[in-house]
Amino acid sequence: MELKNIRKGFSDEEEVLKGISLSIGKGEFITLLGSSGCGKTTTLRIIAGLEQPDAGQVFLDGRDVTSLNPEDRDINTVFQNYALFPHMNVADNIGYGLKLKKIPKAEIRRKVTEMLELVQLPGYEKRKPSELSGGQKQRVAIARALINNPQVLLLDEPLGALDLQLRRAMQAELKRLQKKLGITFIYITHDQEEAINMSDRIAVMNHGTFEQIGTPDEIYNHPRTSYVATFVGNANILKGKAENTKDGKVTVAIAGGHMAAACEDDSIRAGESVTLAVRSENIRIQEECSCGLQAKVEEKSFAAGQLRVVLRLADGSELVASRYGIDAKVEQGQTVSVCFAPEDAVFVDRSGEEKNEQD
Amino acid sequence: MSRTKIKKHSSSVWMILPLYFFTLVFVAGPLIYMVALSFAQPGSGSAVEWNLTLENYKKILDPVYLQTFRESFQLALTSTVIICILGYPFGYFMAKMSESWKKKAMLLLMLPFWINSLIRLYGWIIILQNRGILNHVLKTLGIIDKPLKLLYSYPAIVVGMVYVLLPFMILSVYSSAEKLDWSLVEAARDLGAGKIKAFWTVSFKLTLPGLLSGVILTFIPSMGLFFIADILGGNKIVLVGSLIQEQMTRGSNWPFAAALAVVLMILTSLMIGLYRKITNVKELEGIG
Amino acid sequence: MKKNSKFSSLYMGIIFFLMYLPVAVVIIFSFNESKLPVRFTGFSLKWYQELLGDSAMIEALGNSLILGVASCLVSAVIGTLGAVGLSRIHWKTKGAMEYISILPLMIPEIILGMVLMAFFYLLNIPFGMLTLLLGHTVFCVPYILMEVKARLAGMDPSLEEAARDLGAGSFRAFRDITLPLIMPAVVSGSLLAFAMSMDDVVISIFVNGPRISTLPVKVYTQLKTGVTPEINALCTLMLAFTIGVLAVYYLAGRLLKGKNRLFSIKKK
Repeated sequence: MELKNIRKGFSDEEEVLKGISLSIGKGEFITLLGSSGCGKTTTLRIIAGLEQPDAGQVFLDGRDVTSLNPEDRDINTVFQNYALFPHMNVADNIGYGLKLKKIPKAEIRRKVTEMLELVQLPGYEKRKPSELSGGQKQRVAIARALINNPQVLLLDEPLGALDLQLRRAMQAELKRLQKKLGITFIYITHDQEEAINMSDRIAVMNHGTFEQIGTPDEIYNHPRTSYVATFVGNANILKGKAENTKDGKVTVAIAGGHMAAACEDDSIRAGESVTLAVRSENIRIQEECSCGLQAKVEEKSFAAGQLRVVLRLADGSELVASRYGIDAKVEQGQTVSVCFAPEDAVFVDRSGEEKNEQD
Repeated sequence: MSRTKIKKHSSSVWMILPLYFFTLVFVAGPLIYMVALSFAQPGSGSAVEWNLTLENYKKILDPVYLQTFRESFQLALTSTVIICILGYPFGYFMAKMSESWKKKAMLLLMLPFWINSLIRLYGWIIILQNRGILNHVLKTLGIIDKPLKLLYSYPAIVVGMVYVLLPFMILSVYSSAEKLDWSLVEAARDLGAGKIKAFWTVSFKLTLPGLLSGVILTFIPSMGLFFIADILGGNKIVLVGSLIQEQMTRGSNWPFAAALAVVLMILTSLMIGLYRKITNVKELEGIG
Repeated sequence: MKKNSKFSSLYMGIIFFLMYLPVAVVIIFSFNESKLPVRFTGFSLKWYQELLGDSAMIEALGNSLILGVASCLVSAVIGTLGAVGLSRIHWKTKGAMEYISILPLMIPEIILGMVLMAFFYLLNIPFGMLTLLLGHTVFCVPYILMEVKARLAGMDPSLEEAARDLGAGSFRAFRDITLPLIMPAVVSGSLLAFAMSMDDVVISIFVNGPRISTLPVKVYTQLKTGVTPEINALCTLMLAFTIGVLAVYYLAGRLLKGKNRLFSIKKK
């Protein structure tokens, strides 16, 4: 499966997709992650054939399918709102794809039963979609899309409407299904946790382009852009100037202080403007220490056992520190010193040419 | 985000062709022809002479015909006002009924639609005629000594109009009152508004679009329902509708009939335009 | 808040009473012996007999039924396909076309009747069943178009996309998914159109021509020239027929509901 330089605009002013390319391996679970309006659904619809790109091509198994109708593509979709046919029962819904292929009724019935077992809804054949719960609808939608045994299954925020607990359970189940069937899954979500839990690879989308494509580990621990760092890792972005590099460590001048950051290669030159991403859980607050950056405590709150402290640096930029357990005795208005370990800081937004290199 | 539909539109084009064809030929066509006709000169019989003239429009300015327009307008207005007064509370009360009663009321409301309106009007003739039921009842009660001349009068026409058009108003008000969120009324009461005040500031304003569309649904037909005036008014009052019909059939002055129709059409368009404007303004104010 | 006061019940009762009073009067006098609908002189079925013997009246009724069914079928096809087509196509003329096609509901009938008469005359179409059918279709299409359009607006577009996705062609998706889902709207729109066609006087008067008469036109002429209680008998029969049809429709709906719930899909 491959996307080549897809472009799409709905109005003249703005392009929703600005020439994206992506190649997906067989049997891979890839997630398109991004906030709403980033173009992920449009990408999915173009892959499904529900939308035509203005430019670019879609390849499936080495064949150009760009101009094929949705019904002629070996790709099936699980729609965001399930799109179960309300006038058909569960069995008819699931068997619809086979009915279109003119497969004998007995065979369809057998396969439907099989699919229902696969999605753990045995005996639900005669139910109507309106009689199902959200999670059950979801399973039926998945069964319906899988019965045609497609090469690729597209899932458009399939768990968006479910509550947290059900979502967790379905995540595991989807992963299990995908492993078992070996079908390529292209999954859309705006939930970074979901993406990290399930995917082989994640493509982070922003404003119609891919910010970064990589394994969950790469995306989470080695974000390349400040967008990825903040969207996926809730990181703080610090802007500064590189001062000197030594032993794989770069000293960076930030807001009147100096911090060291690890850098594997030695491409950073002294005097260069750099951007650092540091996740909030890695920020340490010390009441009295000269080593770090001076910051003023603006706000302090607890959420889910986590202390969240909003700090203001000398240059006016905001910094959030959060830790499990209540261990900081800082008070609002207090001036504290903030630091982080060199290996917890990642250089992001390095230079344009690296952005899409990994495709 | 707007989504363009499944790519090849050509696969759906065939669906729309009958509508396009039919609408262009049998709706747009005749209306355009009407406008053209209104500038032509009447020939002998149904024939028309195609000399462009404004003569037909000038003729409308004749006091006799202006009077016709005024009377039609007056009748339509009177009927519409009465329909509003009778129909609004009905639609409003109906929306407040329980689901099962709503269904029953709806059925009762729709049933007369299936009986020819002429036959139902004939029922009124039986009731209103000189030796009819109403006079009989009034006489028995000792309210009158000799029968009132109820039929073939202006009030009889109004009764007929109101009778035929009332259900449209009721349905229109009902459908907008049904969507009303009653908790808003409760909120108004909760905030200290009296029963009447709460109705006036919340319910009435929110159901106004229904009332207005009901006005459109009743006013426009009432300009053209010549047969009601014909049957119940006994040719006493000539309405624009009757005039057009007469010019088309007996008078055989088609261009003049066309001019009358154009003017009537402009008047109704103005009404609809006004309605649109009012409802749009209401929407902007967050009331519609 | 939802409780109804005595006043509102009384009010609705009075209006309903006035609504049904003329109908009741007509029905009662259909069984009257005397020709004049003034006093009830005695029970008789003779007007029913006369009605059945009145070939002109029966013919007019037949014409009306044929016309109602035909125009409602033709407009159901045009209106349904049109509404679906309009929802799929994004031509620039779309808005204007939609406006023009519902115009017949917004202009007084008298204008419609008059222009159709003039137009058919211009096109040299002989006045008769064909002109009646065309004329009735003109005002029936908008009812169906609007009903179906409203229904489509409440329908999830991804349903049809899902069908396409599963391998259905554009026509198949329409037949399997869209059509069954909009069917209730098609049916109710058609019923409304049929009722309107059966009731129409104004347009029919203009386009019926000298040889053919619909029931409303016939009744209209009678009312102008002189009525016999045959009309009362006719009214009674029509009402009985309507109630019968409604009962069948209701029962069929119940049965269908039990079977496949097609009609249970909420309208809104």
